[in-house]
Amino acid sequence: MTLSVRVTHAAPFLDLDMEMPEHAIVAVLGPSGSGKTTTLRAIAGLLTPDSGRVTLEGRVWFDSSRRINIPARRRPIGWVPQNYALFPHLTAQANVESALLDRPSGQRAAIAQKVLAQLHVGGLERRYPHQLSGGQQQRVAVARALAREPRVLLLDEPFSAVDRSTRRRLQAELKRLHEDIRTTMVLVTHDLEEASVLASHLVLLHHGRVLQAGRPAEVEHAPVSVAAAKLLDIQNIREAVFEPMDGMPGLRWGPYRLSCSPPSRAIEPGRAVSWCINAGHIVLHRTDRPSRWGSENPVDCVVDEVLVLGDEAQVWLRPLALPNERLLMKISEHLAQRNRILRSGAVRVSLLSSAVQPLPE
Amino acid sequence: MDWQALKLSAELALVTLLILLPAGIVVGRWLAVTHTRFKPWLQAALALPLVLPPTVLGFYVLVLVGGQSFIGRWFEPVFGQTLAFSFAGLVVASVIFNIPFAIQPIERAFEAISPDIRDVATCCGMTPLRSFWRIEFPLAWPGILSASVMTFAHTMGEFGVVLMVGGSIPGETKTVAISIYDRVQAFDYAAAGQMSLLLLVISLLTIVIGYGYTEKIARRRRTAR
Repeated sequence: MTLSVRVTHAAPFLDLDMEMPEHAIVAVLGPSGSGKTTTLRAIAGLLTPDSGRVTLEGRVWFDSSRRINIPARRRPIGWVPQNYALFPHLTAQANVESALLDRPSGQRAAIAQKVLAQLHVGGLERRYPHQLSGGQQQRVAVARALAREPRVLLLDEPFSAVDRSTRRRLQAELKRLHEDIRTTMVLVTHDLEEASVLASHLVLLHHGRVLQAGRPAEVEHAPVSVAAAKLLDIQNIREAVFEPMDGMPGLRWGPYRLSCSPPSRAIEPGRAVSWCINAGHIVLHRTDRPSRWGSENPVDCVVDEVLVLGDEAQVWLRPLALPNERLLMKISEHLAQRNRILRSGAVRVSLLSSAVQPLPE
Repeated sequence: MDWQALKLSAELALVTLLILLPAGIVVGRWLAVTHTRFKPWLQAALALPLVLPPTVLGFYVLVLVGGQSFIGRWFEPVFGQTLAFSFAGLVVASVIFNIPFAIQPIERAFEAISPDIRDVATCCGMTPLRSFWRIEFPLAWPGILSASVMTFAHTMGEFGVVLMVGGSIPGETKTVAISIYDRVQAFDYAAAGQMSLLLLVISLLTIVIGYGYTEKIARRRRTAR
């Protein structure tokens, strides 16, 4: 682990305990007001937390107990704010050179040109920020942040100000850049898809606290709390009783006995617990051919509502034995048509046990 | 045409500007970034000259620099003259009277700089001083220019406070505005008209040049957004 942040702060509220792996792209995901930007500011040294420690590979940047607080200008970080904050009165090259004022003046231009070329904005050195497109401005801002060869690059929602296609292109470029330079990048976002695409380490933040952290696939597949599940946009969150079956973890959900994933921490048998399942992991028993998951947590349902959104069909189901509950299943529109999924029709689905996740916290 | 009075007015405007501009930059910048709870009180106090009648302000300045005051008693033996009814007294009055004209445009200009810009400058390794000169000062320049123009033009035409504190001593405290008043009192409308026209042209030109340059910069910045 390389970047360790253990800090508390009263206003804006932070109570963080997070470790970020070296050379990773770390996505800090959370809703508005969850403390994402404040977290970046605490790492950068732009905010002095009330207490705690910030260290990079054992080197202390901030330690309230020892009264150590390395000023932001001396921390080896690069900072790209949400609106890029290019200096409007300076050209692209002068913007990058602004980060190189501690280098001999004769070297600055060459370094700036090299970094701009690396970010694919070579040739735009003499342009002012207002003469650049949103994507070009973002690249110049990243070039300026990278010019000092920082150990950690901090990016605050760097793709929020560009259109969808530019965003996709810039995300790919950032990923490629990271493969080249291997600098640890901490990226703040409220977009789960963006976090999944870019990050190798995901931190879920809510009300200034870390809900969960780990590899994105693991976090998305196995949220540990209701808040984390909601943040991951999992709509099927229900209540059940934890009841192991033959030594295997299980849930009693009304009359249904569901086998489930092992909980992230021990739960007493008989305890009421929330559980969740991702809408994409509810599998339809196809009428045209049997499914190999047919034996896993089968549930007979009535179709309550079918909503077609582009290529995807969102199917709301009411389990026959629990008519007051609803489950969301997401399947392709093509599959919904082929299996004649219509409102009030009967279907059988499987809740994949590997995706049925108890939420002990 | 009272050239002596015009020269005195120009000197007073220049000295006032030289004193107020650096102070205005320091105070205006501080007010733009501070979160002190006394900020509304400070802003109100600095804006007072805008709403107080010149006679009230002039009276208090006279009390402040008069022979009975601490400042007045200290000034007279050191410089061999009274502070009231002298050019130095006029400068004190003029500086106080122009505080809002100097500070408010500068404060607004620094307020308009996004905090992100300051943060980025810091993260680029700049010290606060270097960040100020390389980034903030050029960005706040239109506001600083506007403050300079307003202060200069306003001092050139100031009448009430100057009359209260300086009287009308030729070559010492008789500015062009007071000279115009004297000419009118003496029914010399021709001389009053000449000086008024000249003051009008000087003030208009000063403001047009200042506003024109500020607008040019603002247009460039608007395109930037």
